[in-house]
Amino acid sequence: MNDAPLTLSQRILYAGLGLGLFFGLWAGLSGSGLVPRQFLPGPLDVLDRMMQLMTTPFAGATLPVHVASSFERYIYGVGLAMLIGVPIGLMMGWFRLLDDIVTPIFDMLRFIAPIAWVPFAALWFGTGIGGPVMIIFAGAFPPCLINAYRGARFVEPRLIEAARMLGTGNTRTILEILLPAAFPSIVAGLRVAAGLGWQSLVGAELIVAAAGVGFMMVQAQANVATPTVMVGMIAIGVIGMAIDVLLRQGEAIVLRRRGLQMSGR
Amino acid sequence: MSRRSWIGLATMIALIGIWFLTTATGLVSTMRFPSPRDFWSALHQIATRGYANGTLLAHSLHSLKLVLMGFATAVVTGVPLGLWMGWSRKAEAAINPVFLIIRPIPPLAWIPLAILWLGLGDAAKVMVIWFAAFVPSVINTFAGVRTIERPILEASRMLGTPRLRQIVEVVMPAALPMIFTGLRLSLQASWTTLVAAELVGALLGIGFVLNVAQQDIYPGMILVGMATVGVLGWVTTRALGMVERRALAWNVAARD
Repeated sequence: MNDAPLTLSQRILYAGLGLGLFFGLWAGLSGSGLVPRQFLPGPLDVLDRMMQLMTTPFAGATLPVHVASSFERYIYGVGLAMLIGVPIGLMMGWFRLLDDIVTPIFDMLRFIAPIAWVPFAALWFGTGIGGPVMIIFAGAFPPCLINAYRGARFVEPRLIEAARMLGTGNTRTILEILLPAAFPSIVAGLRVAAGLGWQSLVGAELIVAAAGVGFMMVQAQANVATPTVMVGMIAIGVIGMAIDVLLRQGEAIVLRRRGLQMSGR
Repeated sequence: MSRRSWIGLATMIALIGIWFLTTATGLVSTMRFPSPRDFWSALHQIATRGYANGTLLAHSLHSLKLVLMGFATAVVTGVPLGLWMGWSRKAEAAINPVFLIIRPIPPLAWIPLAILWLGLGDAAKVMVIWFAAFVPSVINTFAGVRTIERPILEASRMLGTPRLRQIVEVVMPAALPMIFTGLRLSLQASWTTLVAAELVGALLGIGFVLNVAQQDIYPGMILVGMATVGVLGWVTTRALGMVERRALAWNVAARD
């Protein structure tokens, strides 16, 4: 912007400066006792605790087991959102009546944060696996539906006209024209859904769960076990990032097959 | 009225009808989902006599206050940081890696740490909301600065505009549409985070109403709480949209 692009060595230097400052400040604040260590353990303490949690259980399970149970719920929630959201979205893109009926309901529910479904989720499905799955679903469903709908709505009209002229039925039109045409948009929506679903999972587990990373963090918070809380945060961050990277790759592959470019970011 | 709004209206009426019928006939147990009457009496109760330490107005205002405080703090800190990162490549190179580390952690995951540090009071909530709203503010402002066309900057530089004036009068307005995109995301994130934080622990606020209603197994009040969350989110989004239209009156894209 106001100066020329940096060279690689400059970039590394500044990145090191930034990260050094961040970790230095963190370690300094905790090591000097300026902030009690109980509340701000140093980076090494957290790393240490993470290694411990790999084998010693906390709140009923080791870290990998908590992660696995979180992940199970996550897959169910996002999978359900996809299985229900994508077909409804496609059908809304094809049948105008359905669009006119669903859109106002959807607009009304949009402003309710997914996390506000927690009490009903607990009441209807309990705190085991059903409740959290429903909240993840609430987070991941809207982008699945919206992107399938938009993809189907903005299909090249000529394709639809051609199909109609040839007398193609509704089901075949949806499956063989709308679905492939909307596919890139659906995949993009899936990436957003995966991110929002992961967020909702954390919220759900903080409030209603008996296992999982979020549950581990709440238990740790109650026991003033700050390093364990931070380990939970790191685990959530790392997995969330891994999911995002994977889906980004998937999206790029899908788009490349169709000779398209990845839009934005 | 258009065809669409007629059908929308008909849908709403049909939904309310179905709601009445299914709860009245016991098809849906009122222990699981409230009947319209349960909803109404819960609304009446919390509006007049209060529930969970306060009336609906007190809870709503408290939540609104926390969201606005966290959101404002995030805007005041996030937008300048984004401008700086966009303006200076050195700042970007130094700050971006830290962001890459912190950003994947969802705001909700900060709640336990915030409670450990600041307790169950308002400070912890403002901290988490600040965190949730900060990231989108910074990133979109940064992206907004980077999308400014170079000739505009070069023209202002050629005319010898001092640096501060360049930032305030050229960079800021040009990045404003993107900044507002960031603010909308920030606002949404603020509400989600606040509701979650209040569900985890609070003494007043709309999330706390949800929490108490859940423990009391009081479906009518749960629905009242959810409706309030929706209304508050809608009102604040509309308010931000109004500010945006004012601020971007010159921008064609923002007008439609």
